[in-house]
Amino acid sequence: MTAHKHLNNVATLELDTEKCVGCGICATVCPHGVFVIESGKARVTDKNRCMECGACALNCPAEAVTVEKGVGCASAVIRGWLTGSEPSCDCSGGECC
Amino acid sequence: MSDCCCSTGSKRPSCCCSDSCGADERARSVSTTLTLRDRFGGFKVRWGVNRMNYTVDPGLYAVGNPAAESPVLVTANYKLTFDTVRSNLAGIDCWLLALDTKGVNVWCAAGKGTFGTDEVVNRIEQVGLAKVVAHRELILPQLCASGVNALEVKRRSEFAVTFGPIRAADIKEFINSGFTATPEMRTARFTFADRLVLTPVEFASAAKASAPVLALLFLLNLVAARQFGSKDFIAYLGALLVGTVVTPALLPWIPGRAFSWKGWLLGFIWTALISWGFGWLSPSARMIGVGYLLLLPSVSAYFAMNFTGSSTYTSFSGVIKEMKLTIPAIAASAVAGAVLILIKTFARG
Repeated sequence: MTAHKHLNNVATLELDTEKCVGCGICATVCPHGVFVIESGKARVTDKNRCMECGACALNCPAEAVTVEKGVGCASAVIRGWLTGSEPSCDCSGGECC
Repeated sequence: MSDCCCSTGSKRPSCCCSDSCGADERARSVSTTLTLRDRFGGFKVRWGVNRMNYTVDPGLYAVGNPAAESPVLVTANYKLTFDTVRSNLAGIDCWLLALDTKGVNVWCAAGKGTFGTDEVVNRIEQVGLAKVVAHRELILPQLCASGVNALEVKRRSEFAVTFGPIRAADIKEFINSGFTATPEMRTARFTFADRLVLTPVEFASAAKASAPVLALLFLLNLVAARQFGSKDFIAYLGALLVGTVVTPALLPWIPGRAFSWKGWLLGFIWTALISWGFGWLSPSARMIGVGYLLLLPSVSAYFAMNFTGSSTYTSFSGVIKEMKLTIPAIAASAVAGAVLILIKTFARG
């Protein structure tokens, strides 16, 4: 399968290995296989694959993962600019995902 | 539904629960086979028709003949999602809990929080799940994890969460293998077929957005020296199709990373070919040709950029970076192109 890649060096994902308890939930929930668990700790394999969905940070029991969660959707961003609100998938009144 | 009238026995009004009596009175039973009507409904929403209003009632549904020990799967109440899930459950006895995600699919609803911890906990309470099943386990779709904190669900409802596979097609294998998901089941794909199925709605909304432009050109034609005709329409329609269908379909094979760049590149190739074919590159019509070469690739780039929202892999930071580079460039190019075309439209002689 062709691996999709968007822009490099932009993702806001950070892992604090000190805090990590190695439970592995980040590896379970990540839809892009960004995390692996090695000798009892999580490790970020390829940060450029992170799409900032926030699943890892939300489910981490040790607050070891942080990421600025957001929607990777240009039309949501444009709508946010036009309405002066935070870009979100909220499509009340409009068509969206 | 606890107030279901068929639990009273003999007389069953036609108004309700016509197919719920085989299962627990709290749950409506639901088929794993899609009807022609389901398929047609799904086809329509793929074209953007009735898409924001295509729902099933939130609540508990019975698939097959579930018992107190049967697994509980949780999903969204977007009917396209619900239908995809149930059609993949043939031969499985389980409970299907549809959350109120306002008719939005799992991933998008999780992103905006409607498929979230609160809704899971509240819905468990509302359907009285603890009285329907003997165990305390839930299977949630993995893609809801950006909205659902599994530990908090457990703390607040006593139901332990297992994240199931991303795709409904893998649910059966997931259940049969003792609730374990392979790495493939846990990875979001974006195959040619995945992308192609999303293109009709992209094209339909782009066409809708273009209607005012066409109306404006029709009015301009009343006073124009050079009228807009079918050739202009074909050139524009092509640029629209390049941005909304061709670029998404060919996405990983077009060189570069930014969606807008990919759309611009194919849009430029299209416009160059069609301009050459229509003779817009000849000395007398060159202003039209150059005008469209500035305008149409920008149109393709814009609609290709909007496909980031449908993709499974772009981040907010990435999209912002792309937009900051792209939007000034395509806006300037489009305005310059439109000016050239309008000059030619009104220039006499």
